[in-house]
Order: sequence, then structure tokens, then C-alpha cells
Amino acid sequence: MSHIRRPARLESLAPLMDFVEQCAQEHGFEGRRMNEIQLAAEEALVNIFNHAYPPEQIGDVHIHCSGGRDGSLLVEFRDTGVPFDFEDLKDPDLDASISGRKIGGLGVFLIKKMVDDLSYRRDGDENVLTFILHPSHSSVNR
Amino acid sequence: MEMTNRKERNALVISIQGRMDAVTAPDFEKEVDRLLEKGETRFVVDLGGLDYISSAGLRSILSLAKKLKSNSGTLHLAALQAVVKEVFDISGFSSIIPIFDSVESACPDA
Repeated sequence: MSHIRRPARLESLAPLMDFVEQCAQEHGFEGRRMNEIQLAAEEALVNIFNHAYPPEQIGDVHIHCSGGRDGSLLVEFRDTGVPFDFEDLKDPDLDASISGRKIGGLGVFLIKKMVDDLSYRRDGDENVLTFILHPSHSSVNR
Repeated sequence: MEMTNRKERNALVISIQGRMDAVTAPDFEKEVDRLLEKGETRFVVDLGGLDYISSAGLRSILSLAKKLKSNSGTLHLAALQAVVKEVFDISGFSSIIPIFDSVESACPDA
């Protein structure tokens, strides 16, 4: 199991994404599935950067990455920011026109489409967001 | 992410190379705002060289679409790679912003 810890700000996105890419590569992910993993990771990280901590008190984000059963990839994002309940968030209106379509709301929706299992829990003073990603493309939610 | 632009027939074609993510999407927004201020209203965004887009990139493109709609301009997207098209399809953007296979087919006639 390997991990990385960085301050939860946009400047950290590149090294954090490189870490996820490398871990996914080590577990045999590539091509389209690799792209999907990176997208889900970016969306999770940007949400943490934007919402976990107040601007004057940026904390860290911690990613753990390991292989799960049946060749799947387990990615865990931890932060000590405000509690955050994924289940509360509404999906964007996919049928809205250009004028009606709101600018926000896409990040979590895309995560749900890209990962096979998504869970959130509170562990002491930490938010823990866990992705499970299967290698086979056909298991991606549509 | 790199951007170049040129005029082709009546359109302003912006070609993007690289990745549009939370770090680079603001650069795209600045560039299109600059072009909008110059009076451009017919945009073709050539995504042939784009191999990754996240919600930040989608938001920038939607923002451009909204601005052009409000000044009777047009936005066409061209040459999306499969991994990028997938993200547009899943998020419902494919049905609100016209997507073409090539820059040539994306350029509006006079």
C-alpha cells in the first residue's frame, strides 16, 4: 500500500494526480479506464480543495492506494476538514438546455459514473472517501 | 495545455493540445474572453489534440456556450477523442453543444 500527503490546494493537483496514475499503472490499469480513474480522482481532490477547509486554514489531503480483490484498485482520500455527505448532493439536470444548465454539480456526478463503488464515512476527525475501481470497462456505471 | 487560433471561413478556430483540468481550464477561459472582447462570435473549438477533460473543462466550455448564446453567437466542437466524447456524453453536454467529426465540418458556412 502506498500513500501521499499534500496541502489541499490546487498547486497540489499535479503531484497527487501523478501518484494516482502511477498506482493505477502498477495495478495494470491503462487506456480508457486509466483516463476514467484520473477523472474521478481529480473531481474528488478539487472538491476537497474547494470545500474541506476554510481559506485561512488549509489542511492536508492524504491518498492511500492499493490493490483490492480480483485486480481492482482501492483509492482512499482522507482529509480533516468539515464533514461532507456525498449522498446529499443532487445530480445535475442532464436534460437542461444551455441557458438552463447550471455551471456546478458535475464533479460528484462524474465520480459516480466512473467508479464501481463509492463510499464515504467519517473516521474520528477525518472524512474518508473510498473508490473501488474494477479493471474491466464494462462494469463502469452508465 | 496549449492553444492556437486561426480564422477559417467565417469561424474562429481554437485548437487545444493537452489536458483541460482544474489547473488549465482558467487559461482557456481567459483566452476565449480575450477573443470575445475582440468581437469574435463564431467559435469552433478543435479538440483533436485534447486527451483529457474534467468537470472544470466542461464548465469552461459551458460558460463559453452561455456567453455566445446571449450575443447570438455560435459554438461548435470538433474532433473529440473517444475518452473526451465519453465525458461529454455522460454529462449530457453532447446534446446541447453541436459536435462534429472534423474542424472542416464544424465550420459554419457563410
